[in-house]
Amino acid sequence: MTTLRPGAFRLAVPSVSGVVSPRTVVVCLALAVGTFAVLCVNLALGDYPVSLPDVVRTLFGADVAGSGFIVRELRLPRALTGLLVGAAFAVSGAIFQTITRNPLASPDMIGINAGATTAVVAGIVLGAGGSATLGVLGALATAVLIYLLAWRRGASGYRIVLVGIGVSWMCTSATDYLLTHAKLHEAQEAFGWLVGSINGRGWETVGPLALAVGLLLPLTLLLSRWSRTLALGDDVARGLGTPVQRARFGLLLAGVGLVAFATAAAGPVLFVALAAPQVAQRLAGHATPPPVTSALTGAFMVLVSDLIARYLIPDADLPVGVVTGALGAAFLLWLLARANRAGSGG
Amino acid sequence: MTTHRPELRAEKLRLAYPGRTVVDDLDLDLPTGRITVIVGANACGKSTLLRALARLMPPAAGSVQLDGKAIHSMPTRQVARQVGILPQSPVTPAGLTVVDLVSRGRSPHQTWWQQWSQADEAAVTSALAATNMTDLKDRPVDELSGGQRQRAWIAMAVAQETPVLLLDEPTTFLDLSHQIDVLDLVVDLNRRDGRTVVMVLHDLNQAGRYADHLVAMKAGRIVAQGDPAAVITPEVVADVFDVGCQVTVDPISGTPLIIPTGRHHVA
Repeated sequence: MTTLRPGAFRLAVPSVSGVVSPRTVVVCLALAVGTFAVLCVNLALGDYPVSLPDVVRTLFGADVAGSGFIVRELRLPRALTGLLVGAAFAVSGAIFQTITRNPLASPDMIGINAGATTAVVAGIVLGAGGSATLGVLGALATAVLIYLLAWRRGASGYRIVLVGIGVSWMCTSATDYLLTHAKLHEAQEAFGWLVGSINGRGWETVGPLALAVGLLLPLTLLLSRWSRTLALGDDVARGLGTPVQRARFGLLLAGVGLVAFATAAAGPVLFVALAAPQVAQRLAGHATPPPVTSALTGAFMVLVSDLIARYLIPDADLPVGVVTGALGAAFLLWLLARANRAGSGG
Repeated sequence: MTTHRPELRAEKLRLAYPGRTVVDDLDLDLPTGRITVIVGANACGKSTLLRALARLMPPAAGSVQLDGKAIHSMPTRQVARQVGILPQSPVTPAGLTVVDLVSRGRSPHQTWWQQWSQADEAAVTSALAATNMTDLKDRPVDELSGGQRQRAWIAMAVAQETPVLLLDEPTTFLDLSHQIDVLDLVVDLNRRDGRTVVMVLHDLNQAGRYADHLVAMKAGRIVAQGDPAAVITPEVVADVFDVGCQVTVDPISGTPLIIPTGRHHVA
């Protein structure tokens, strides 16, 4: 009887039971190891190369002469920003894709990142400065706008995608208009926000981001019990005793919050929110994107993309978003081609 | 499964969408432990009524009562342990396996810390067996045939272990043999555990055969209800479906069988 669902566990003290699929555990462990390895390589490479053993020793608290400061103060904040931003976008994408039942309804496709970008660019051009707070406010305002336009009359995934694409283009137009009025140095500052970049991020960026991920990821996990029923449709979920409105509101709040803080920290790192949950879902063999696997996949993707951005084209100082955008676009085409063949493009 | 069989009834029920009343001043007692079938022409409000009975839609006036308590003032979870509903043509996420779907039916019995208890496992095992889905449990639902898919969804509702089960057109889009298969399964569930079943059906002859209690609706009101033999008369069919017919006796089940007339086929 134990083979009904592999990975089922039941503890007497404390009285806890659940199911954790063995495949998900293996995939998560592999991703965690992979992410840690890429993180170390990220910290080791640079104008002043540090050996990998020294990097690991520094991370575990040893004071390595010469390289300690470089790793801890210069490179670690940037790498951690990449890791957290990847995780935040991926979990947010997983949430949106699950409750809309549509892989295209990720926050970067429906304009939430674009809204945050518009707010930040407006701040830069209009002289208020490109503050992270503006990014958070922009993301929240866009989310409310999409909710008002699309969500109140039945949350069909397709409707949200269409409204979201419209909102996305409105924001992009507004950003473009603002840029035509920008001075050269303002335009340069704004550019990093258009594609997403973690260049030169310090501990002051990591702090709020870590706090947001630290609060919102557990909230998402707590609510994932409800996202399992929400994925079956509102009527079925309600019939199964799910507090549909409250559960969806909580999940959306977590999703929008994660995007808002991630965009505020690094700009709209393109396609991570769309692609990472879909990759995670396929790796773990789930029907809907699993949050923890998505988080690890997103972190891994951004750190690898950052390495490519820094070393594939030397001296270009490419923003990481250019790489995730290029890789993500290829993935999107594959996803669309596949959905069309299966006849489930909607 | 609890042996208590709650009574479900509607009292002076009015159901409305913005600007349009669908059901008005409707009183209905659903016989406990029996199969009730609701029939009516398209857009007569039968599916809306079923949604309201399952607490999916709040009444504009009147109430749906479970053991005398208004269902809309009860906590969602408490209702979900007593009333299960299978909406019409539910959508399955691609790749979801049968056992995963059926396990989600246990949701109202679970807590944050108890998500796979002995009772959950026993209920899912038994639901898979009852619907003859045990061998298909690891298959993705979207790769099954229409009939198997519907059985998987019914298994989910069975695993919920509710004494009342509501089904909205469970035979839609199924070929004839799968229709009979699903309806026989519903009878099994009713007889085995004494579940109260309420279902909306399209086919009047199937309704006559499988209903203990038949409810005929037209324009949001009940035109006739009771034993199928008493409800299915040429007059009621003409009134409800706007079609002439002769009523004879089903040679197999002894229940009423209608034979419709048409412009080219008149008795």
